[in-house]
Amino acid sequence: MKLVPLAPALILIGIFLAGPIVWSFYGSFTNAALTGVNAKNPEWIGLDNYTALFSDPLFPQSLLLTVVFVLVSAVIGQNFLGLGLALLMRRAHRVVAAVVGVCVVAAWVLPEIVAAFVAYAFFFRDGTLNQLTGLAGLPAVDWLFEHPMLAVILANIWRGTAFSMMVYQAALNDVPKEVTEAAEIDGAGRGQTLLFVTVPMIRRSIATNLMLITLQTLAVFTLIYVMTAGGPTNRSTTLPIMAYEEAFRYSDIGYGTAIAVVMLIIGAAFSLAYIRLLRERKAS
Amino acid sequence: MRGASQTLSAAALVALLALSGCASGGGGGTDDAGGETLRIIYQKTGDESPLDTLMQTTKEQFEAANEGVTVELEPVEGTDEDYNTRLALSQRSPDTAPDVFYEDTFRLRSDVEAGYLLNLDEHLAGWDEWDSFNEAAKEAGKADDGSTYAVPLGTDTRVIWYNKQVLQDAGVEVPWQPENWDDLLEMARAVKESQPDAVPFSMYAGTGTGEGTVMQSFYELLYGAEDGGLYDESSQKWIAGSQGFVDSLAFLKTLYDEELAVTPAEALDPNVWQTVIGTLLPENRMGATVEGSYAPSFWQEGGQFAWPEYGDVMGVAPFPTQNGQEPGAVSMSGGWTLAIGAGTENPDLAFEFLTTAMNQENLLSYTIDNSQIAVRTDIAEAPEYLEANPFVGAVSEVVDVTHYRPATSNYAEISTAIQEATEAVITGGATPEEAAATYDETLKSIVGEENVVEG
Repeated sequence: MKLVPLAPALILIGIFLAGPIVWSFYGSFTNAALTGVNAKNPEWIGLDNYTALFSDPLFPQSLLLTVVFVLVSAVIGQNFLGLGLALLMRRAHRVVAAVVGVCVVAAWVLPEIVAAFVAYAFFFRDGTLNQLTGLAGLPAVDWLFEHPMLAVILANIWRGTAFSMMVYQAALNDVPKEVTEAAEIDGAGRGQTLLFVTVPMIRRSIATNLMLITLQTLAVFTLIYVMTAGGPTNRSTTLPIMAYEEAFRYSDIGYGTAIAVVMLIIGAAFSLAYIRLLRERKAS
Repeated sequence: MRGASQTLSAAALVALLALSGCASGGGGGTDDAGGETLRIIYQKTGDESPLDTLMQTTKEQFEAANEGVTVELEPVEGTDEDYNTRLALSQRSPDTAPDVFYEDTFRLRSDVEAGYLLNLDEHLAGWDEWDSFNEAAKEAGKADDGSTYAVPLGTDTRVIWYNKQVLQDAGVEVPWQPENWDDLLEMARAVKESQPDAVPFSMYAGTGTGEGTVMQSFYELLYGAEDGGLYDESSQKWIAGSQGFVDSLAFLKTLYDEELAVTPAEALDPNVWQTVIGTLLPENRMGATVEGSYAPSFWQEGGQFAWPEYGDVMGVAPFPTQNGQEPGAVSMSGGWTLAIGAGTENPDLAFEFLTTAMNQENLLSYTIDNSQIAVRTDIAEAPEYLEANPFVGAVSEVVDVTHYRPATSNYAEISTAIQEATEAVITGGATPEEAAATYDETLKSIVGEENVVEG
């Protein structure tokens, strides 16, 4: 009976969210294509796409790059930088906080394609970064060519930190001043207060934020595609890039959706881990 | 909290500023009540696009001749690959499929297999101008069943474009006529020695330049190599393990290792061709490169990189075979067509639009604007065409030694595997032998062992 008021929402979710997921799942067992014979009459081919994927030499590398990209740019970069900024801005002067806030949020409000071109212009061979290092007398480094993964990770941290910062700002605002003051009166240092009082109190926000930025980062496509297009020699080809190449460049929709399903499973695994974290802490 | 709201309003301001920089494009035309509508999808490159001009002209003429019919033009800006993807996606549903569209000849067969294209045999039988198209061009619009599904707009070839000034300064005699691959290296080394700041002889490589890497670089080597090749037409099988493949990769490796080409990092930039055509050659900072017969379309008046002196400064030479063996030179051809959607509601109107675009006058302007090689005999003989640019004759002559890509449905994937082989070699990731072995493996996994023959 509780479900009755939720029915319209459930129906909408079913049509617009679950529908495409189920279709992708189904598509990954067929040889559906954009062009050629299989575009007209796709056939059920069972697990062929998956066996081909797991024996594809590019797959383990893409998987590793995707996990590295998520861990380093989201879980470590955006998360800690966002928390750090939120903490610092509580103590900073109002004007300083506003200026820093605008700078950080600016990267986040830019449409993704614009942000991607900005990042490209920054890391490009004759781009801003090399001109700046050139002024300092350092040799130019072709970032996108020599360190493509580092460049896209840094760009993604720059782009996404604002989100974590705002989540933590809101969370920190909900921590009562009395509690932290009490801790300080009891002789706890700032680090200890943060670790043993503040962090446990915003634990739920941390888990929620981690889940959101993990799923966002897992799906990042535009940024990488514009900056490196997955190159050079596939050294920045994450799973979304690989799925795009297979589905749209080689017209192999079935194979592309199989990669998408694998991404779905990775996302689900991360989400479950975060939910676990929340629950266990609650039980204790 | 005040700080947060200030942050947000400032952020909104930034967003507004960022957005005001990009004006929104015009929307599609509205449908007149009761009127017929034709949707046309085609590719537009740059602001001065000859194809866009052709389509605009055709739309005007066609709407004037057909009361109540609206033509909706949908130009797609982007690379060839992006355009092909966008077109294929629109063709997946009858609601979004265009009536008339610009179609790459090498996608034709697989799109016919997918049932996207209308069979034009009956319509062409009633079109008296079809006879003025030359036989080779007619072939380009045919599928495996022998029927015609598209009408070619033009064709092209690839030749070596060299800067006479740079070659003369290096002591190379012009007109330059290389006889074999060694002659190419000899010229490049001479340029490097005399002009250390110039790029002597660049050939595209890597996945960045996509199809340009194979069409304007690797295939000229592979098809002119002493043995091997890409595809064996007689047995309909792909060729693996050929010495020619290794030799071609080794040649590219030499160019990049000896710094006779652009740097590997520059080569992987998808926009490197703009640097070559727009900067290096006009500024006398490059000896030569392999480019399409349509290169003058960028340099002539109104082109993307207008360069009034190009006719005097540039020269062309056919790309030589490896050791000068018969037929002595090699070229690659592609070309684009207009086709009609299989699901169009107005096949007759769509065909009328196609023939309006393809009439002698319209196609002549387009052929000249876009530096195409004529496909209609009455255009090939027109004085305006023959005098359009100084190179028309030279780039048309290599039609005798040209090759077409094997247009199978898995071609795109094989092409990428080849691009990756060239990339591995120029970046030092693999030796030519290793890269060729990797290609052989990939090839077998794409087409299956049974469709591969050892070269």
